[in-house]
Amino acid sequence: MHTRTLAQLSADLRARRVSATELTKHFLDRIARHDATLNAFITVTSEQALAAAAAADKRLGRGDATPLTGLPIAHKDIFCTAGVKTSCASKMLDNFVAPYDATIVERLQNAGVVMLGKTNMDEFAMGSSNETSFYGPVKNPWDHALVPGGSSGGSAAAVAARIAPAATGTDTGGSIRQPAALTGITGIKPTYGRVSRYGMIAFASSLDQAGVLTQTAEDAALLLEAMAGFDERDSTSLDDAVPNYSKLVNEPWERVTIGVPESFFDAGLEADNAKALRVALKELEKLGATLKPIELPHIHLSVPAYYVVAPAEASSNLSRFDGVRFGYRSAAKADDLLSFYMRNRGEGFGPEVKRRILTGAYVLSAGYFDAYYLQAQKVRKLVSDDFTRAFREVDFVAGPTTPAPAFGLGQKTGDPIQMYLNDIYTIGANLAGLPAMSLPCGVVRGLPVGLQLVAPPLHEAQLLKTGHYFQRVTDWHQRVPANYA
Amino acid sequence: MLGPDDIRRLCRLARLDISATEIADASAKLSSIVAMVDQLQAVDTAGVVPMAHPLDRPQRLRADVVTDVDRHELYQRNAAQVERDLYLVPKVIE
Repeated sequence: MHTRTLAQLSADLRARRVSATELTKHFLDRIARHDATLNAFITVTSEQALAAAAAADKRLGRGDATPLTGLPIAHKDIFCTAGVKTSCASKMLDNFVAPYDATIVERLQNAGVVMLGKTNMDEFAMGSSNETSFYGPVKNPWDHALVPGGSSGGSAAAVAARIAPAATGTDTGGSIRQPAALTGITGIKPTYGRVSRYGMIAFASSLDQAGVLTQTAEDAALLLEAMAGFDERDSTSLDDAVPNYSKLVNEPWERVTIGVPESFFDAGLEADNAKALRVALKELEKLGATLKPIELPHIHLSVPAYYVVAPAEASSNLSRFDGVRFGYRSAAKADDLLSFYMRNRGEGFGPEVKRRILTGAYVLSAGYFDAYYLQAQKVRKLVSDDFTRAFREVDFVAGPTTPAPAFGLGQKTGDPIQMYLNDIYTIGANLAGLPAMSLPCGVVRGLPVGLQLVAPPLHEAQLLKTGHYFQRVTDWHQRVPANYA
Repeated sequence: MLGPDDIRRLCRLARLDISATEIADASAKLSSIVAMVDQLQAVDTAGVVPMAHPLDRPQRLRADVVTDVDRHELYQRNAAQVERDLYLVPKVIE
């Protein structure tokens, strides 16, 4: 039962082959059996899950269920969940119980989705390996000595190990796509503004976007359809109508042109990873896609531009954590207000979060603002314009999701630059606000790798359909790590 | 290169306590981050309009009316110290 997709489980529930309660118990059992090893969950909400499943069973019986009613999923612990601890994997919020639900949590709950729990992540979503979590690293289900990627590492590991059929995530620089690639699952970051950010703890507000990690593109369509759409509580929410993604993915294939930036295949990409990618592109060609070499002349500048813009926004966003209204408060006695704030924040934040706050403070400080922050915003425009130009000729831009398969726990923690370079292929889509998806596309040294497709704004339906057609002719997305099959 | 004094100044600006042992590490790592982002200085951006945001649309306005209800009791449950509906902080005025 645990290897079935959301689409299959939805049909099972409707045909009464299984009840929502049985399904929820099955996944709670799997979490109990495997999570001591994986550490994918920060909080497991067994009681609430069983109550929600019972309600879903009633709704299924009454006949007013949605396609999602009774499906269990996990939420990244960055989304506020009323009455449930919402920690963002930080000591700062270890005692925080959210007083309200994030919009996406509320929408999925209204559709009848059952929340299994809250998944582990990098602290405040700052990391690419899930090693900055206050609750310890998550293990990659393919090899417990390796990282699952990050920051949505708990969500990715949970889905890859099939201890949850799907999970939500957020993506500021690759935090959905990179862990999806490193654990062999599907992950999509929609267009900036497509999914409400209300109740999603802010990291870098002009880059953050919520999305999903699933087994298949079809499942991603199903979940995204319920999450996306206008929300007056998010001032950057798009009011464009949400297409019927789950129907559209099954519509006839249209001929598409896929742009391939040759610079993505330079020395930075591991040779076997490049080989897997070429095979995947060939597969898309066989489906009828036309491949076209393109250039993104400024894409190599996306990492430095990001590491100015994101920390600058983070340093502002994280100034709200002062230990007064919520969050960690130091036990040490403070003599004045300044040292009180400094202690609360100094003890409440972990080293990577502190580094990002300090980087942000540096690039925004007097005398450096023009040279760093303003210059990074100009480079951001150049990166974005490259995509706009490319999309005049092609429907998608394809490339690798990551430079190599999953790396070892502790292998890159000593060198922030090496860690940051993991997101070299994913950051561009965040800077430009574009939808992007990672699909499992091969195996390198026994480990999964991903194919990334980036699309023009609001082309999620086309992206998901291409993913769905690709997954009809490939089986990489069906591979489950041996210990969890 | 960001030295210990730079780190201490930034920590004060960012309201972050930092231990003496953390300073050397922060200095080394922040210096390498700044060296990496320094690549941006070489890019010709004359005439480029800075991009603050990916949404090329006007910001929405809503009617200026109260839409929220008073939920201070619920919100204050997350506070470390509350008295008579007020958040408490250390005394700073003698």
